[in-house]
Amino acid sequence: MTPAVSFQGVSRHFGAVKAVDALSLDIQPGEFFAMLGPSGSGKTTCLRLIAGFEQPTAGSISIFGERAEGVPPYRRNVNTVFQDYALFPHLNVLDNVAYGLMVKGTGKAERHKAAEEALALVRLPGYGARRPGQLSGGQRQRVALARALVNQPKVLLLDEPLGALDLKLREDMQEELKSLQKALGITFVFVTHDQGEALSMADRVAVFNEGRIAQVGAPQDIYQKPATRFVADFVGSSNVLPPDFVQRWSGQKRWGSLRPEAIRVNLGGGAKGNEGVAARLVATNYLGATTRLALDADGLRLHATVPAGSALPREGEQVTLSFNRESLHLMEEGA
Amino acid sequence: MRSDRNASAPLPLKVAAACGLLFLHLPILLIFVYAFTTEEKTFQWPLPGFTLQWFGVTWNRPDVWSALSLSVRVAAISTLIALVLGTLCSAAVSRSKFFGRETISLLVILPIALPGIITGIALRSAFSLTDIPFSFWTIVLGHATFCVVVVYNNAVARFRRTSGSMIEASYDLGADGFQTFRHVVLPNIATALLAGGMLAFALSFDEVIVTTFTAGQQQTVPIWMLEELIRPRQRPVTNVVAMVVVMVTFLPILLAYYLTRDGDQIAGSGK
Repeated sequence: MTPAVSFQGVSRHFGAVKAVDALSLDIQPGEFFAMLGPSGSGKTTCLRLIAGFEQPTAGSISIFGERAEGVPPYRRNVNTVFQDYALFPHLNVLDNVAYGLMVKGTGKAERHKAAEEALALVRLPGYGARRPGQLSGGQRQRVALARALVNQPKVLLLDEPLGALDLKLREDMQEELKSLQKALGITFVFVTHDQGEALSMADRVAVFNEGRIAQVGAPQDIYQKPATRFVADFVGSSNVLPPDFVQRWSGQKRWGSLRPEAIRVNLGGGAKGNEGVAARLVATNYLGATTRLALDADGLRLHATVPAGSALPREGEQVTLSFNRESLHLMEEGA
Repeated sequence: MRSDRNASAPLPLKVAAACGLLFLHLPILLIFVYAFTTEEKTFQWPLPGFTLQWFGVTWNRPDVWSALSLSVRVAAISTLIALVLGTLCSAAVSRSKFFGRETISLLVILPIALPGIITGIALRSAFSLTDIPFSFWTIVLGHATFCVVVVYNNAVARFRRTSGSMIEASYDLGADGFQTFRHVVLPNIATALLAGGMLAFALSFDEVIVTTFTAGQQQTVPIWMLEELIRPRQRPVTNVVAMVVVMVTFLPILLAYYLTRDGDQIAGSGK
């Protein structure tokens, strides 16, 4: 199958800064793909490379098998939902949505009909006559989405699409984007620094670090089997365990990761041998459904989450930690 | 910030404000009044009599018409040049980063900060050095130096308020460079350009100093007026022309003010 987007050894350097560095990646058609990473990790540059706002310094990019280098943004069948929405303030909502069709020379009646349909798709029917300035942030977001979708792109790019929305709206939009993507079958590529958003929405996630991809995979794999210390730490704040510690439990001298929820906290100290880890409770952090405990195991800082209602030790008290050997994940990264 | 919009100002302040306004505008009114006097050699007060004859006399003076026509043509062409160059320059400065950008921005604004006499002398020496004879185009060139600034300042202020991703969004939606300029850039800067263009027109229309150095024997309206004041002949004709000039320059400035009052300052209007 021809990938929707394919990067082959792509680099984009800005002077000495390697924003994207020798990166290879295939995004499959119909996939909901997330590019996750901290700011400056190269994820947004990747998105701009697909859109055509940036050209690669080296390597090649193809979109549905067609080479994309040198093709200007307006000749690519790819549309973008911008972080600040970038709606045209001098046009009303309907003309904003119909813009792509207008520049292609579609007749007025036809493009307005298509724009109305796109607005209905994002659940904003009848908003056509309003100005972008009269809409709320969430509504503007939907207009930006409709404006991109009306062109029937093969790939839809979303740059931090939910970044500017408040929490409740963000959760609603997550579900809506996901069902919209399912219904339309268009390849969605979205950039985010929010690991929760990436894990809950995407079919596959690429974790970016310093211009390279640290790991690509299904959300479950990324979460449960992080490939590197960076991924373990960035995605869901796993406990990163040093090789010496891991050797005691698995016999292999490799870096390991252990999810906070995989740790059982037993009251009372006195752990012996390989039965448990002696630790001291440093701090408790109440999170509602769970409580997060910060523990000190002979100099190693660990975090554990326990369900609400569990019997909790007092701060400074000695406890014994235990976990299943299977939940200890050995990372690819060596000692 | 005003704490209370409805609070009335104290009486002395009102009087002071009224005096200030009168001081500014009474002399202009006086110019209008003298357009209707029967005395043609001196400015006699009170007016010895009231007449409308000077309007007819002015109408029939060919020198008035040629000065007026020259001024209008110079102002129109300078404004046109300023619109094209000012827009291009402001787009370059605000849309891209390049070496020497700040310097270029400063160099563009400099002519309006420099005294007109410097610009005038500089242009005159440049023209004589290169053996360019004085013509319509030398005046236009002189005026364009400061007209560009006015357009540039207005356009730059507007560009600064326009989101950069809007242009990218237009490309992204399939519009090429020309379509993007026509459908997105131009509508967003149109009022700023109109305001800048009108100001440029008004500035050019009543410019004296630079014109003196670049006009040679040609007479624009302000130059013609100065000549008239030296040779007292049908003096009220000057007042009639002055009235027309006030109208011609005041209306565009007023219009420019209305077009940009929501937000943009009309940069360079102080010249």
